[in-house]
This record gives sequence, structure tokens and C-alpha cells, in this order.
Amino acid sequence: MSDRDERRHLLSIADLDREGLLELLRLADGFKEVAERPIPKVPALRGKTVATLFFEASTRTRLSFETAAKRLSADTMTFTAATSSLSKGESLRDTIETIDAMGVDAMVVRHSSAGAPTRITEWTSASVVNAGDGQHEHPTQAILDCYTIREALGRDDLTGLRVGIVGDIRHSRVARSDVLALDLLGAEVVLVAPRTLLPPSLEGWPAKATADLDDVIDQLDVVYLLRIQRERASAALLPSLDEYHERFGLTRERARRLRESTLVMHPGPMNRGVEIAPEAADLPSSLITRQVRNGVLTRMAILFHLLGSPQGLSAMRGETADA
Amino acid sequence: MPERRILIRGGTVLDELGERRADVLVDGATIVAVSEGLEAPQEVTVLDAGGCLVAPGLVDLHTHLREPGGEVAETVESGTRAAAVGGYTAVVAMPNTEPALDNPSVVRDVLALGETASAEVAVAAAITIGRKGEQLSPMGELAALGVRLFTDDGRGVQDAGIMRRALEYASDLGITLAEHCEDEQLARGGHMHEGAWSSRLGIPGQPALAEEAMVARDIGLVRLTGARMHFLHLSSAGSVELLRRAKQAGLPVTAEVTPHHLVLTDAEVASFDPVFKVNPPLRAGDDVAAVRAALLDGTLDAVATDHAPHLTEEKEAPFDQAPFGMTGLETALSIVTTHLDGSLPRADLFAAFSWRPARIAGLDTASGGRHGGPVVPGNPANIVVFDPGAVWTVDIGDMVSRSRNSPFGGRKLQGRVRHTVFEGEPVVVDGNAQR
Repeated sequence: MSDRDERRHLLSIADLDREGLLELLRLADGFKEVAERPIPKVPALRGKTVATLFFEASTRTRLSFETAAKRLSADTMTFTAATSSLSKGESLRDTIETIDAMGVDAMVVRHSSAGAPTRITEWTSASVVNAGDGQHEHPTQAILDCYTIREALGRDDLTGLRVGIVGDIRHSRVARSDVLALDLLGAEVVLVAPRTLLPPSLEGWPAKATADLDDVIDQLDVVYLLRIQRERASAALLPSLDEYHERFGLTRERARRLRESTLVMHPGPMNRGVEIAPEAADLPSSLITRQVRNGVLTRMAILFHLLGSPQGLSAMRGETADA
Repeated sequence: MPERRILIRGGTVLDELGERRADVLVDGATIVAVSEGLEAPQEVTVLDAGGCLVAPGLVDLHTHLREPGGEVAETVESGTRAAAVGGYTAVVAMPNTEPALDNPSVVRDVLALGETASAEVAVAAAITIGRKGEQLSPMGELAALGVRLFTDDGRGVQDAGIMRRALEYASDLGITLAEHCEDEQLARGGHMHEGAWSSRLGIPGQPALAEEAMVARDIGLVRLTGARMHFLHLSSAGSVELLRRAKQAGLPVTAEVTPHHLVLTDAEVASFDPVFKVNPPLRAGDDVAAVRAALLDGTLDAVATDHAPHLTEEKEAPFDQAPFGMTGLETALSIVTTHLDGSLPRADLFAAFSWRPARIAGLDTASGGRHGGPVVPGNPANIVVFDPGAVWTVDIGDMVSRSRNSPFGGRKLQGRVRHTVFEGEPVVVDGNAQR
């Protein structure tokens, strides 16, 4: 996590080193037990306020963060804006300073513009968590993805694991964060996409790239499918979604070529029939529903890491909060 | 203007004739004596120039004064005051105002505002009506008002056929067309340079080719029409290589580079601070090295600021929603001396800031203008006094421009404009604007 002045933020996976990431994953392990209690709540962040600021709609991520905050006994506050604040005549800075004045300890920010959470750190005294910024990063998604893979394999790090990320890498904040996080844990990442959906440059990316899914599919330990947005087919990036499905979709035939142990993942929501055939999403090894559940645990770990105190940690281990 | 006398004492004169120790005596708007150890006459204002260079005033080929239409960000008055602080005695006002400078009426208004400004205001009028790239502006009428440069800056003329006709029409009028080179189809949706950083940051980029494709096209049009052309703010290795070859082929082309493209790379965008958002975008390290080399070898004729003021509120938007542009008048010479010191000889430096841009803009003394000429008796008293030893830190809060969007805030610089004399008036003394 980056320490600017006294605060901690999570803006990019690049803010973490290997140890920091492993620490978060272990912390999430600790919360798994909490989730199984009859009253799945600990007083670790009692008195803290977590604001979720969703300038771009996302029910799933917002609910995941709010659930995580509530299980830690934090108060929550929600701000959603269907349109950009600029179009309402209020600058992003004005919006943030207004919310800051209400007194919040953490701002969880989703924004359609890359870098918005980074800029926000300059206008608030709260810790800032990037919950997805434009096509830049989605670090909490990457942490939960790593947690899910690690849990499924029953191992602490991912050294030597071969992970294929398939789809629209160019426009994907999930891919940008996942590549960095998987690399920190020692996995080998191969990006599978047509040239139009790869970033213009992969300089500095700890990943290889190929346009031939069939060439690599039987060597992968994890197949991570990205969502294809339908408008990509109308911007000279793809001839059609059908052609995409033929070349890069996890079809029934390709699913059959997967090793039995291969994990299939997707950040959701899925376009069945585009990046994945309907049958493939229900493979026994599919982790797609588990990813959602683990989102709460890892976000608890992240919020606790940013806002919690050592006393809070012992409180979490000992007692259950008053419901 | 009341008659006044100024003695600039103790400096080293630097102009196209070379360097020499000399005091400079100004009477009214004219230099009357230049030699060592001049006696101070009575009733004279003495400007100390000890340790300083005394040079022809700087000429900025590329200034957005924002008037009319953008007065909240800058005015002719505030923009020329910023220019004076930066050592400029003339600026060329760009036409992307609201309305655009595409007709005699609005151009006359801006020239009239310039009458009382802190530097001479020349106008670059639009090539096409509304800068839409469709219908030619009344270039003949505008040339008759004294307009010498025409550009749709902020945009390039997208249609090659229209640019060809514009060049042909211009060649009869003794005017120069200047192009903002950007193929809008290649650049579409790009907020920064396309490369390793844009890929990493997830910000859509515009490839250097968007600039280079239009540079190549326009060089071809110059060859076809024989008309002369000036290239605005070239920023990529490919662009300067194309220009170098065009000059070797003897084509009548000139070009400018901005201080920021000589100094900053796209890595700055990792801060996501839109103060680093500019068009053309900050490029990769290889491009910065190439434009520096092109300035050193004379391929690039001039340094021009592309001073583009924007309200702080607009620049506090997320990166992809903020406008392009950064201010530059008050820091340009210091930025270049700080970062190119040692590689660029002083005479070449001032050539790129003063007499070469004066010629491109038609403001030079040889063309009947009042800028860039040697510091000799009889020439107009448009003079900058620059202290190469001064060390200072850029304080955004101290800037004279109405806008604060300089990318150089907090930067420690070597060399600073000490005095600026405009038409015989000391408009800047010891770094402070006098009006």
C-alpha cells in the first residue's frame, strides 16, 4: 500500500509488494471464519466510516464493499452518480471535498476515468481505495482473484502457475491489475487476444501475448475470461462477436481440451455465447461464484488493513460484535 | 507614451551580431547608444544588467490569449503581462477563440486590445471559417490588416484538398500558413501519447503517427504548391526527421518546438494530473531526445510556448475529461536554459527565442517590424535582460497569467528574465511586472 503522509491507500497493485499482497491474502483467510459465524460481524472498525463513491454504476462491487465494511462494524455512506459530476457543474474536487467534510475514514471509489482515485487522494484526508478506475486498474478484483486461485489450489503462492487471460485486455482494468498481482505471486501470465484488443505496447508487462488460444489452452492451469463489451464489434476492433466467439471464446470444444484441474474464472457479468459457451460456465471447476463470495472476505482484509489498528485485530479474533 | 530614457548598464549584449560587453541607452522607443562605459545622462532610469545578457526581446509564435470568449482564463492584458515577465516583447495570438479569429472585425478587435498591452500582439488568423476546415477565411482582407500567419491551430486542416487550395491562395498574398499537425482519425479519442505509458495507465493514446502523417502530407503539399509553411509544436522523432529531409531538399518550411516537449515525457502522466495533458501530447524519451537534437542542429527553427491557459476548475477534472494545454510564457526561456544548458550555444538559444521566430512571424526589423533586430542604435527598444546565474523556484501562486496550469510548479530553474523593455518602457524590472 502506498503511504502518502500518514494515510494508506490502495490505488494500484503496484502499491503492493509480494509480502504485502500475501499479508492481505492471509488476513482474508482470518475473515473466512468470521463469515461462518451465526452473526458474521466483528467490531474491528467500529466508529470508522467508509464511503462508497460510485461515479460509475456497479451494483456488485459496491455491495461487496458495503457488506465488507458492515461486517467490520464500520458505518457506511453511499454516493452514486449516474452522470459525471462535471455535467452537473460540480467538479470532482468539489464533490470530494463535500463528502470529506462529513468526516469519512475511507473512500471507496469507482470512476469511469483512469486515475480519478489517485487524484482524489489530494482532496481528502481519508484513505482511498480504487474500486475500478476507467481502463486503468481494479486492484481489489485482482486480490480476490488471487485469493480464489490460491484457495482452490490450497497453496500460499502461485509460483510456476500458468494463467491465460483471454479477451479484451486493452480496455480491461481487471487485466491490468491481475497481471501485476499474478506476477507478484510468481505465476506466468499469457495474454490471449487479437492485436486490436491488446494494449498498444506491452513494454514492462510481466506477461507474454498470443492470438492463438488453441495453441495454449491445454497448457493452462487457469483460464481467466474477460467480458467483451458489445460495442467493440462496431469500432473496427472486431468483425463480429460471432467471430470473436469462434477464435477466442471458451467453446464446448475448447472446454473439452482443458485439463481436468484447470480453473475457469470470469470477473462477471458474463456474456454467455460470446466469451464463454453456456455449458462451460457450469463446469465443476468453475470458480465464478466463489469469486463473488471471496470478494467480501478480501475487501474486509483491505479495509481492515487500511483503517484497522492492532487492537482491532485482536478484537476481530476474539469476539463477535453486537449485531 | 512619455519620452523617457533608460540606461541598461553592465551587461553583455547578445544578438545576431555576436556577444560584446556594452551598456545600452534607450531614448523613447529607440536604442540610441550601445557601447561600454556609457555615462548616465540626467533623468535616466538605470536598469542594472550586471552578469546579465542583454538581447533582442523574445517573440512567441504560439500564444493563446483566450480573448475573445475565454477571458476567465486569460485576456490580452494578462497574457501579454505574463509574456513580458517571460522576456517576450511580441506574441502571436492564436485564432481558436470564441468566436474564432477568422474575419476582419474580430481581428481588428484583438489588434485594438493589443495597442495597450505589455507586448506587441500579432494575430494568427484562421485558415478556414470557424476553423472547421471547409471554407477559406478572407485571407486577402486579413492580410491587408497586417496578418502574416494563418492557422486553424487546435486542429489541423483535415482535408488535404482544402489545405492544398489554402496554400495556393496564400502564396499570392505573401503570408505563411501554419499547421497544427494532427490526423484526427488516427488521434481520435486519445488523451495522451500512445505507447508504454498509455498502455500501462489504461488511458487511450494518440500515436505519434497522427502528427507525422500530417507533417508528411503537408511537406508533400509544400512541394506541390511551392507555398511556404510553418509547422507548429512538432513533438516526435518521426516529425523532425521528415522536416530535416524537407529542409535538405530546399523546401520553404520552418518549425517550432515547445519547452515542454523538450523537457517532459509521457511518464509524467503517471500522476494522472491533467496539468500534464497537452496536445500534441508529451511524448516518449526517444522523441524528447530527437526534438532536442533537432533544435541543436537547426532543423527546428524556434522555441514557441503554446501557452494555453485553462481554469483550475477545468484542470481538476479527471484526466480524460480535462482540456488539453499548459501555460508557458513565464517559464519558457528558463526551462530551456536549465535543461539544455551546455548543449545549446547561447547565440542559438536566443536565435530560437527571438530573431528566428520574429522572421517567421514577419515581425523582424528587416521586414519593417520591431523585433529580433540587433541591439544597435536606431533599432526599436524591445529588449530582454536575462540573468543566466539566477536560481529560482517556480511558484504557481506567483504567476502573472490568469491561469495556473503550468506543469513546472515547484521546479528549481537556472536563469531568469530580470528586465523586459517594450518600446522603450521597462515593463518588467527585477522580475516584477510594472503594470
